Amino acid sequence: MSIKDRMSGNEAVAYAIKQIDPDVMPAFPITPSTEIPQLVSNYIANGQMNTEFIPVESEHSSMSATIGAEAAGARSLTATSSCGLALMWEELLVAASNRMPCVLALVNRTLSGPININCDHSDSMGARDTGWIQIYAENNQEAYDNMLQAFPIAEDEHVHLPVMICQDGFITSHAVQNIILNEDKDVCEFVGEYNPGEFLLNKGNPVAFGPYALSCYSMEAKKAQEKAMEDSKAVIAKVAKDYRERFGRGFTFFEEYRTSDADHIMIIMGSAAGTAKQAVDDLRNQGKKVGVLKLRVFRPFPGQEIANVLQNCKSVAIMDRTESYNGHGGPLSSEVRAALFESKTYPEVVCYTYGLAGRDFTVEDVYEIFEELENVSSNNNISIIQHRYINLRTKEDR
Amino acid sequence: MDKGIEIRWHGRGGQGAKTAALLLADVCFKTGAYVQGFPEYGPERMGAPITAFNRISPDEIRVHSNIYYPDLVVVVDETLLRSVDVTAGLKDDGAIIINTEKDPSAIRPMLKEFKGRVYTLDARDISVKALGKYFPNTPMLSAVVAVTGIMEWPVFIKEMRASYEHKFAKKPEVIDGNMKALELTYETLKEQL
Repeated sequence: MSIKDRMSGNEAVAYAIKQIDPDVMPAFPITPSTEIPQLVSNYIANGQMNTEFIPVESEHSSMSATIGAEAAGARSLTATSSCGLALMWEELLVAASNRMPCVLALVNRTLSGPININCDHSDSMGARDTGWIQIYAENNQEAYDNMLQAFPIAEDEHVHLPVMICQDGFITSHAVQNIILNEDKDVCEFVGEYNPGEFLLNKGNPVAFGPYALSCYSMEAKKAQEKAMEDSKAVIAKVAKDYRERFGRGFTFFEEYRTSDADHIMIIMGSAAGTAKQAVDDLRNQGKKVGVLKLRVFRPFPGQEIANVLQNCKSVAIMDRTESYNGHGGPLSSEVRAALFESKTYPEVVCYTYGLAGRDFTVEDVYEIFEELENVSSNNNISIIQHRYINLRTKEDR
Repeated sequence: MDKGIEIRWHGRGGQGAKTAALLLADVCFKTGAYVQGFPEYGPERMGAPITAFNRISPDEIRVHSNIYYPDLVVVVDETLLRSVDVTAGLKDDGAIIINTEKDPSAIRPMLKEFKGRVYTLDARDISVKALGKYFPNTPMLSAVVAVTGIMEWPVFIKEMRASYEHKFAKKPEVIDGNMKALELTYETLKEQL
């Protein structure tokens, strides 16, 4: 049985946390994720959850407490956004390198400056090399579904890595939309009991976490971590399949939307993917062969799988909702181009930066991008601009 | 409802425009529609202009941008007409509802070239009569339903009563006032419909 409801993205994630009923949740509030710990503490106060909630004095502390609780053998999670994630930085790496299967509900928001509270992916993209698995959502439904898959992925013995569940700040977190919820007992069965294996409060089998390691062993620890990230792909795929079979929803590494015969494909993450799919339907009605690849999992990066989808298309738009300041595109652009090179697949590629600091992204923007792709691939003499900002004010607009 | 409707709300921080947009999403959800209700976030301050949006549709809603070509605009505070381009992008066959004591004919000259339907409602008068206080969002919400016919009026009344009974379980005295505000709105608007 499933339950039809309407909720914001924050409410959906808080509801998933209620159903998971983790052992410990330390948290510190920051817009736009504040509602998540707020709603969870309501559930706890109302006796609907058994989670130990720890109000801490900063995000550095919330991640530290999450790690500490997880090391002690407790299923632990926290939530944050933007500068809160930045303040956790040091601890993000500690969580991953100590192989803590904890979870972070991230509500994406830009990093300063200019000071701004709206959505882009600069917070999580900045943390892409901290060793966390990263999963992104298009809407409240996917934020909920992804949250329920987080612990089964993190806690798998072949993985044992932390998982970041990302959704777009305000656009998803504060928009009320229809959602289908699962029954509590089905969620319980799916997520399962946590059996930490080795943990601090295990008096029969004492272990140490976070010890000093000299150069004679540190590199092996890093390689083991890297191997776990590689191995997590199979586990992410299995958990997604189990979830789909049980609840009838969801994708593995990405959603392929009308890509199979597409000449032009847009690769995009998060809420803007929904807008792009609407635009693709409109353009298909005009006979244009266009499609969208909506990326769900950014870490581990499914490069080979993406290159396979792009094998037969003429051109690709890679959409980054953050700037990398490398001089030629954002992090998604770099990853996708590397994957294309490795697989010897060479469509025309244009990298776009869009939606920084909450700049709106519309179906008309998607039309414009596909028109540009069509020009690029139909005219060999055109000088291709390889990196372009969408919806940037011009001198005339000022 | 054959196709969807897109609504843009203009109000001032603290007047409840965002709450009204979320309530509209809520009541439309109960009639089986796909809904979206969201505010545009900025530096929120009491009294500052704010915008909120609704998409209501028989089909799944995937677009996540703001609404630039609305079918309906709701202005919760008349003074915004002087500072905000409230009819921007409003479809010619669309409508605008304004909270004011003036008649539509007195308001139309302030709406630039807009050719569509103009409705006015004195939400202050209704709210004070029904609730004894000024909460414009209940009258404005019911005006949206009356003007768009987005659902049958009796269905709206039934769903709103259920939702108030749930929301104000501990303050039942507020329920009747709110229900009265809904009915008074319909009575007042009837001659304009």
